[in-house]
Parts: sequence; C-alpha cells; structure tokens
Amino acid sequence: MTSSAKVVLLDVKEASRSFGGLKALSEVSLHIDKGELIGLIGPNGAGKTTLFNLLTGVYPPSSGTIVLNNQSVGGMKPFRINRKGAARTFQNIRLFTAMTVLDNVKIAFHQHAKHSIFTSMLRLPKHFKEEAEITQKALDILKIFNLADQSEETAGNLSYGNQRRLEIARALAAGPKLLLLDEPAAGMNPNETRDLMNLIAWIRKEFDLTILLIEHDMSLVMGVCDRIYVLDRGILIADGSPVEIRNNPKVIEAYLGQEA
Amino acid sequence: MEYFIQQLINGISVGSIYALIALGYTMVYGIIKLINFAHGDVFMVGSFIGLFSARYLASVGLPPVIVLIISLIISMTVSALLGISIERLAYKPLRKASRIAVLITAIGVSFFLEYSGVFVLGPQAKGFPEILNKKQYQLFGSSVQVDSNQIMILVTTVILMIILQYIVHRTKIGKAMRAVSYDMEAARLMGINVDRTISATFAIGSALAAAAGVIFGMTYNSVDPMMGVLPGLKAFVAAVLGGIGSVPGALVGGLLLGTVETEISSLGYSSWRDGVAFAVLILILIFKPSGLFGKNVREKV
Amino acid sequence: MKKLKLNKSFWFGIVFSLILYGIIRVLLTTGVLDDVAESTLILVCINVMLAVSLNLINGITGQFSIGHAGFMSIGAYVSAILTLNFDVPLVFALLIAGLVAALFGVLIGIPTLRLNGDYLAIATLGFGEIIRIVLLNTEYVGGASGLSGIPAETTWTIMFFFTLLTIVVINNFIRSSHGRACIAIRENEIAAEAMGINTTLYKVIAFSLGALFAGIAGGLSAHKFYVINPGSFNFLKSFEILVMVVLGGLGSTAGSILGAIVLTLLFTALQNTPELRMIIYSVILILMMIFRPKGLLGSTGLSFMKFGKKEAKPDDVISESSSS
Repeated sequence: MTSSAKVVLLDVKEASRSFGGLKALSEVSLHIDKGELIGLIGPNGAGKTTLFNLLTGVYPPSSGTIVLNNQSVGGMKPFRINRKGAARTFQNIRLFTAMTVLDNVKIAFHQHAKHSIFTSMLRLPKHFKEEAEITQKALDILKIFNLADQSEETAGNLSYGNQRRLEIARALAAGPKLLLLDEPAAGMNPNETRDLMNLIAWIRKEFDLTILLIEHDMSLVMGVCDRIYVLDRGILIADGSPVEIRNNPKVIEAYLGQEA
Repeated sequence: MEYFIQQLINGISVGSIYALIALGYTMVYGIIKLINFAHGDVFMVGSFIGLFSARYLASVGLPPVIVLIISLIISMTVSALLGISIERLAYKPLRKASRIAVLITAIGVSFFLEYSGVFVLGPQAKGFPEILNKKQYQLFGSSVQVDSNQIMILVTTVILMIILQYIVHRTKIGKAMRAVSYDMEAARLMGINVDRTISATFAIGSALAAAAGVIFGMTYNSVDPMMGVLPGLKAFVAAVLGGIGSVPGALVGGLLLGTVETEISSLGYSSWRDGVAFAVLILILIFKPSGLFGKNVREKV
Repeated sequence: MKKLKLNKSFWFGIVFSLILYGIIRVLLTTGVLDDVAESTLILVCINVMLAVSLNLINGITGQFSIGHAGFMSIGAYVSAILTLNFDVPLVFALLIAGLVAALFGVLIGIPTLRLNGDYLAIATLGFGEIIRIVLLNTEYVGGASGLSGIPAETTWTIMFFFTLLTIVVINNFIRSSHGRACIAIRENEIAAEAMGINTTLYKVIAFSLGALFAGIAGGLSAHKFYVINPGSFNFLKSFEILVMVVLGGLGSTAGSILGAIVLTLLFTALQNTPELRMIIYSVILILMMIFRPKGLLGSTGLSFMKFGKKEAKPDDVISESSSS
C-alpha cells in the first residue's frame, strides 16, 4: 500500500457483547484500512472468536456499531454481511463434509448466480451456462490452493491441512473485500504453517484483500501482520506494530499471567 | 368457581398419568437424545399386565389394597424388563448410527408392540377390574366431588416422584445417569458403565409408564392395544412443555397439560382438546423451546 | 462436454420412463394387468410422490419434518371440494390443491423452520395433527366422516405424468445451485449462512416445494379412493412416508423411489395376512435399521446414466468432465 489517502474498510466502535451475565466483549473499538493485514491475538477466552462472530453476524452486538465499507452491518444476518463483502473461516473447521471439494467452493458463488429456481427446475439453457461458469471459477480458485486435483474428493476425506486450506478457498470464492481467518494454521506443522502464511500474503496482493487474522502463535503473527490488536478478557488492551506489541508490558503480562 | 375446582381435580388425575409417562420420555431423551416413540406402548403393556395381575389376585381373594400394590409391582417390574430388552435389542446396536435411524427403529418397536397386542389380545377394548370400591367424598359443601381413585392416583404419583427424586439425586446410579446425560464420552472415560446406566434409565422410565398404565386402567376401566398412542404423544408434549430432560419439568408439564385439557373439555370443546395440546406444544417450541424448566443450549461457533 | 452429459442422462431417464409408461398402458388396456394391479400401481406412484417430496425436506435440506400427511390432507380436501362442489377439472383442481398446500408450507415453515432437529420434528408433527383436528371439526368438509363420492378420475396416465413431473422437478432442483444451497444447509447451517446463503429462505422454499407435491399426491389419492376422512392423514401416515424415505436412503431421490415401491408392494403383499401385516412390517423396519441404517441406497443421487456402474458416488455425473 502506498501512503496515499487511507480508506477505512472496517470500523468498529465500542462493540460489546454479553451472554447472560457474562461480558464476553466490552467496548471494543478498532478500524482496518483497505489492504491491511491485521492480526488479532490474545490468550484463550479473550473474546477473539466472539469478535469474529459479531463482525460476521453470528450474533448481534449488545451495543456499539460495526461499519463495513461505509455501511452499518451490526446485527445483520450472516448471509447479508457476507454479501456486503466479509467472508470468514472457522476455528473448528466447518466444511460441507459430504459434498465434493468443488461443490464446497461452488456454494460460495451461489450468491452471484442469477438464474431462478424456475430455470433450474426445468433445466433451461441458462442453467447450464451458469453452472459451467461457476465450475470454471471454482476450479481456478482450487488451483491456487493446490486442491484442483482433489476437486471431486469428498471434503470430509481431505487431510486436516487441506481442509483448512479449502475453507480459505471457499471464503475467497465469496469474493470478499474483508477476509476473516480464525486460526488458519491451527494444528499445522511449522512447514505447513509457513507455506500457508506465504499463501495468505500472496492472495492478499492478488485479490486486493484486507485480512483480519486470529492466531495463537505470536511469532507467526509478528512476521506477517502490518498491525496487531490484542484482546484480553473481552477488552482491547493494545494495538500497534508488531514491534510495539512485542514490547508492550500489558501484552506481556496478559500472556505471562495466563501461562502462570 | 366450584365447577372450576372440580375440573382442576379431574385434570390432576389425567395430568398425573401424563406426568408419569412424560418422565420416561424425558429421562430417555436426556440420556440418549432419542424420542422413544415406543414409550406409549410400554404404558399400554404395563396396563395390560396390571389388568391380568389384578384379575388373578382378586380372584384369589386378596384384599383390594394388597391387590393394587402387588399388581403395580408386577406391572412395573415386567415393564422395566421390557424396557431394558427393547433398548438392548433395538436401540443399542444403533448407538453409533444416525439419530434418524434410531427414531425409525423406535417407530418400528412401537408398531411391533401395538400389533402384537392386537394379534394376541384382539383389537377390542377390555374392561379393567374395579380394584378399589369407588367412594365419593364431598368438598365445599357438596359441590365438589373427589373419589377414592383420584386420591389414590395422586398418592401413587407423589410416592413414585419422591422415589424417583431420591434415585436421581441420592444414589450412585442416579449420579451416573446425570453424568451420562451431561457427556456420555466423558462419563465413559471416568469409568461409568454407560450401557448399564442407559439400561437403568429405560427400566425406571418403563416402570413409571407401567404405573401410569395401571392408573389409567383404574380410571377409565377400559384398555386396548392402541391405547398408548395418543397418551404417549400427549405425554411427550408434556415433557417438552416442562423442558425436555428435566424431571420436575415432566411433572409440572403433565399436570399443566392434564388440567388445561380437562378445562377445555368441560367448556364443551372436547373435540378441540387434542388440537389445543398441540397448539400449546408449538407455541412453547417457538417461544421457549427449552420449556419451562429446561436449559437453553446454543451451538458453539 | 459436461452440459451434454447432464442433458443426456436427463433425457435418457425421461425416455426410459415413457417406455415404462407405454408398456404398462398397453398391459392395462389389453387386460393383462387387472384393476387391482392398476390400483397398486397408482398407490405406488402416490407414495413415490410423497417420499420424493419429503426427501427434499428431510434428506436434502436436513430439516427433520414428520408432518407430511398434513400437507397431503390439505391437497386431498382442497381438490375434492373443487371437483365435488365446483366442477373444476381434475388437473386444475390438483394444481390449485398443490399451491394451497405449498402456501401452508410457507405459513407453517416460517415460524417452525427456525427450530433444529428434534424440535422441528415435534413441531411439524404437531402442525400435522392440528390440521387433522381442524378438518375433524369443520362441518363444511364433513367432520369426522369426511368427504365421499369424490369422482374416481385418477387414471394411470394422469398418475404417471404427475409422478414424473414430481421426480423431474425435484431432482432438477436438487442438482441446481439452489439444491446445492439446500445441501449446504444440511451439512453445516452456520457455514452455509456465513457463505451468503439465505438459510431461512431456502428452508422455506424446500419445505413448501415438498408440501406442493405432497398436496398434489393427496389430491390424486382422494380421486382414486373416493373417500377421504381426517383419520387417514394422521401422524402414522407421516411416519409411513418417513419410513419410505429412510429405508430407501435418506438424501437419495432414487432411494426414496425405491423405498416407496418396496414398502407399498410389501404392504400390498401382506394384505392377505392382515393380522400379521403390521408385525412383519415392524420387524422388517427394525432389522433394516439395525443392519443397514443408511437405507437401501445410502445417499446416492438419482441419475439414469450410472445405473449398473459399480460404485456410484453422489453427483458423479457432474464430476466426470472436470476431474480429468
């Protein structure tokens, strides 16, 4: 990114979320500019995934606002937020396991399909034309993730690492402006992790994406992210460049405190 | 007002039957997440066993109260064994199968019990012997009547509930049941014999249904092989109403449903009675799916 | 290439069915097959329509519904009233009946389809029973005794073409991107929603599309058997349809068809031993679930091109061109 005028893509203001009496997130404010790759870290139970769930509409914020691409999306249903340009992956992989790898990706194109139910029930020519287009696009994306050879495999049969990659491919197929990755490298070995991080950096450029990434592994986040936000017990305790975060006493305390 | 109270008393009798059946549904659902559609038919079998025992014991010349108690015990024991057998033969082989497969099996078991009943006993209703001589008691002057049967029903239900509460909360098997319903795998790892616990659950649930069957026979004096279908379904509604998985919920749900139904019948809408039961069910499901006493479980994302 | 294959398989199926229709038609007119056989064939087709339409809801979209008999009864009553009281031609009466059933599908679907799993099952069962009780209490439709003297106009030809229509429309829907959206909901509702699928909308669409064909099937059934009453559409009827779907293989259109054929024929064959019929039926049901819980065909999709191939995968018609 050049230093020309920054455009804010995501702007969260004082977003809170409670479950019963438990306050999972309290007054979190953050913003992400177009093209940034941002890390979101914090100890277990800090509220990272809860924040993702608010951003993607799994549940509405108890209070506060979320603005994506100049539109308020707080409290919108997940499928609408997806159509506004935010796609995500899940910490506990959520693929359509009984469907093929190809169909998993094709699902994400669904929102762009124009043909009506009527057309497909009667198999009018338009149905085939669109099917062919979608299949081609899906295969193109699978190629990027080295999954094209396995496009007809049932998604549940993929190796763990490939399942994680497929989830990212699927999210990418939705054509997002903002990509939210929830621990994309969880359970991968160091080599796989490094490859994945290179891939993430590459797709960010290639697709002109903005990425928000949850990761446990501090060193990994430090390596790729432009900026980092740190959550602890539902509160945003720090933000800044990797170097700043590394030397921030609050962050050190949050992590050490947890390890003790 | 007296009329209302009269119907309330009648409602509690019906409700007690629902509650006793509902307990079996709720306990089984709590532990293996199965809507045991055969449960209503265990109630039917229990009723028939009660009928035959009572006939025999009365013909021997035992005093009525003893006849009642022994009939209850025989009926509950045999039904408990039936419940265990059903679980072992039909449900246990499917522990790892999809839940819909188990549900279909339950429907199969239900048909099997019903039509075996028709085959062996014939489709026509049989008269249930009058075990206790009905005595009428007047309350509030003479406007509200209670008969000895209704008192007996309430006493039996309350005693069984107390025993059940004791079992679930004070005994080792009760603790195991709660543990298995909370997390079957973790319970297994902690050394709990899961299969035996499930068997015990079926045994207790079936015994309670059998007691309901005997009570039903004494109240309505007529039993037939298809008698379990509708009360079974209603009891299930009661279980959902109270919060499926919850023991006190089943009791309250049963009593509530019984009372509402009786009031509706007494107002002259008896043909709508079942409709109201299902309408209540749907309203509860939509607005408070966890029921009156259930816990709200949401999926973790 | 792929387009060709899809179309080829599709037309092959249509042609195959038409030949089957023609043969049976000839056998019926020449009297090789008698009236009893015709009734059985029509009953088989009615059950095929019911099972295939329920499979769309239960097997494809994963929404556990056991109130299908309710939609069937709506179709039966609406069509019977139209032909009896308003002299509407059968085909129009059936289409209107289907649409009314579909409308009820929408009305019932919107509040209940938010529920998951067992809760949805119970709610649909409850709605099915409520429909029955409302019919029972409505004088206009004959209350408990129901309607009788309905013109027996359901012929083999009408029955066949409605069955074919059901299978073609539902199968095409399943294999379109809309059907894929429904399968995605079954596989993982949260992920489907996160991928931009309006899950509520698709659940309601699948539900009402299933209701539409159940309604038509109900209408056809009413116009075959002269008499309808609320008792014939209770939850046991819903169970019966569910059993066909699960026995055939949940999620497989071919399985639903097979399940409906097998169970209808089994039922008819057992008619000579009425006292043992349900006992045998229930034992088969239990044994089947214990030894083959995934049903006769697992979750294989319907495609005529792959009959005879060894290991058929779902949707492999689409796969062949792209995997090379």
